Amino acid sequence: MTSRTVITLSGVAKSFGAVKALTGVDLALQSGECLGLVGHNGAGKSTLMNVLAGTLAPDGGRLMIDGTLLDRSYSVFRAHALGVRCVFQELSLCGNLTVAENTRVFHPHLRGFGWKKRSAALIGAMLDDIFPGHGIAPGTPVSELSIAQRQMVEIARAFTVTDTPLRFVILDEPTSSLDASRAGQLLSFVRRQVAAGIGVILISHMLHEILETADRVVIMRDGRVVAVDAASAYDREGLVVAMGGLAHHQAQAREARAANGAEIRVRAERGSAFTARAGEIVGLGGLAAHGQTDLLLSVFRAAQRRTAGVSVSGTVAMVAGDRQRDGVFPLWSIKQNIGVRSLKAARRGLLIDPDRENRLAEEWRTRIGIRAPDLDLGILSLSGGNQQKALFARALGSDAQIILMDDPMRGVDVQTKREVYRLIRDEADRGRTFLWYTTEMEELYECDRVYVFRNGAISADLGQGQLTEERILQASF
Amino acid sequence: MTLSALLPTRKPWFWSFAAAFAAWGMLVLFLQGRGADEAVTASLAFAAFFVIVGLGQMMVITLGPGNIDLSIPATITLAAVVAMRVMGGEDANIPLGVLAALGCGVAVGLFNNVLIHLLRMPPIIATLSASFLIQSAAISYGRGLQVRPPQALQDFATARLYGVPVNAVCAVLLAAVVGVVLARTVYGRSVLAVGQNPRAAWLAGVRVGLVRSATYVLCAVFAALCGVLLAGFSGGASLDMGQEYLLASIAVVVIGGCSVAGGRANVPGIWGASLFLFLLVSMLNSMGLGAGFRLVLTGLIIIAVITLAGGEPAQR
Repeated sequence: MTSRTVITLSGVAKSFGAVKALTGVDLALQSGECLGLVGHNGAGKSTLMNVLAGTLAPDGGRLMIDGTLLDRSYSVFRAHALGVRCVFQELSLCGNLTVAENTRVFHPHLRGFGWKKRSAALIGAMLDDIFPGHGIAPGTPVSELSIAQRQMVEIARAFTVTDTPLRFVILDEPTSSLDASRAGQLLSFVRRQVAAGIGVILISHMLHEILETADRVVIMRDGRVVAVDAASAYDREGLVVAMGGLAHHQAQAREARAANGAEIRVRAERGSAFTARAGEIVGLGGLAAHGQTDLLLSVFRAAQRRTAGVSVSGTVAMVAGDRQRDGVFPLWSIKQNIGVRSLKAARRGLLIDPDRENRLAEEWRTRIGIRAPDLDLGILSLSGGNQQKALFARALGSDAQIILMDDPMRGVDVQTKREVYRLIRDEADRGRTFLWYTTEMEELYECDRVYVFRNGAISADLGQGQLTEERILQASF
Repeated sequence: MTLSALLPTRKPWFWSFAAAFAAWGMLVLFLQGRGADEAVTASLAFAAFFVIVGLGQMMVITLGPGNIDLSIPATITLAAVVAMRVMGGEDANIPLGVLAALGCGVAVGLFNNVLIHLLRMPPIIATLSASFLIQSAAISYGRGLQVRPPQALQDFATARLYGVPVNAVCAVLLAAVVGVVLARTVYGRSVLAVGQNPRAAWLAGVRVGLVRSATYVLCAVFAALCGVLLAGFSGGASLDMGQEYLLASIAVVVIGGCSVAGGRANVPGIWGASLFLFLLVSMLNSMGLGAGFRLVLTGLIIIAVITLAGGEPAQR
């Protein structure tokens, strides 16, 4: 199948108040090609994709599909009719509807007697095709699915076809909640679709996914495209450099930290004993949704009131991974979102002292590098990765001795990740305990000790010296 | 320069005050300039009662979708009846009567909490069914006796300070306190956080259950306070005195620019909306319209104001 240009963007610009998200983007998208899109948080990737999907109207520039100039009437409906679909980073499923009903929302064509059955068959077949062995029943309400399962449904739904053709699919961080094996299934599916002539844009912070899957790579920085080239022209370090980061080799082996003598802060039982000491960074590994979040929540509860089977000594704070559901207060400013966990500490007498609140937010803006012109702007004016940084600031800026992290690096770029790793290490050296659930192998190497989970129980307990990818994978399956 | 650049039209309280001002202007027009200042004083005095219950309802609605207190009218009645009987017309018993009334408020709030949290009833059903019980308690306790309020209470509720009704002064102070509580206390911030996202609030260390419970109690206590003042103002308790405060308490919250979906409160807006609501009815009365037509117009005008004021800036 030959590639041809389907969508042309020229000079597309978009601002949110004082935040310039896009400052003139030129891009040509072809059918039968997988285009990898990379860039730091706030580089404008998600905004660009929202413009393309019709959910945001650009402030300036032109968008052409099949040589037709699209004016301001371009919308999600037009996009859909033209065959452009988007899997959003912030998932867009309705929690109170079942998987099949959510599919129907996408396909008005499924109507009349028996639509539920047909809708269930449509989404079921697509899930089977992309993620064999997914274990998702189409009759399940979406709110009962784990975030990984919701992401799988969201992806599968975008590829289902009824009356309108499927020509272009945008995947914005599709693997951020998926474990390695599901991500692999998705990426090989993407290659099959591309071979069949569909155009795919893949946004990911997992650079190896981009390098293995994409034909061409587009690099964005500060709201514009800074480089476009064949994927084969880059390696991992090359991409990092082009994104504006510093070339930096894989984290050196750290000296084993002597945490053994320190006070035990968390004790739990999950098939075998789980302990976390003061100053220790404890990783929770394994496939997504195998009981890791469950453990974090029971530790969180046990810190508030006595709970059987879990003992916690110390104050806790949570860094949410599913930021829409568990983290962000959408009506509040960045500052208020950072300060909410530290309200009691910000009091002077009975009242909250605005100065202390400001100081806390300003301190963490610099320490964690939140890119915002003003902390009084709404939290939703930030890009997804920067919102995540605000959630880190909320937990790290609090008085908590134990920080629980629920796969918190979703949508965070490489550079920021490294900064946060360093921050976590510094805070651990000061005696804080971290319980860190992650689906990324690289992050487990940052931990002093890793518990691998399988079906809700601990299947391996690996100290610093024993940590290898092979061992973790073995214990995961 | 356009009008919208000169006026703070983007402030959520602007439209409720604009509407109140317009209603006042219409009223003065119909009265042909006579009694313009009396209309202001009267509306301050009557709006104060809307404000007191409106603030309580605002706190409850700010807790998020599904939260509403329908037991306000019954609580007003019960608190007024109890206060009047405990006072028994004696000035010396006023403190005791006020305490008894506020105690009724606390009891009603706790009872609502039992239904909502222990029995897991939706607040709309819980507070509605509670209001039947509360109203029945008021009927059986009052036994149809009309007790006059003590002279001192009556004087206080109808007094004027430099021409401003004292109960309006009280309502302004109460509104200021609620404003500070929302913006600057842990409890107030917790209410706003729970209203936006209860799960995130829980994970950020907010004690969600406690905050909700406290808010229902607070709302009932405000209703009880309104009951005592109203009884003093109108010469005693009657069994239907709370009636008009159900819709009024909800209407002022909505017209005042608070988010019906929770998480955003607006204290000045409650005052604007309360003034508007009173002036609207006075205006239609002074036009000499029949009760039916008046209700239709009230409804239509409220819809119009909410449509105008409902233009919240789009968020990403």
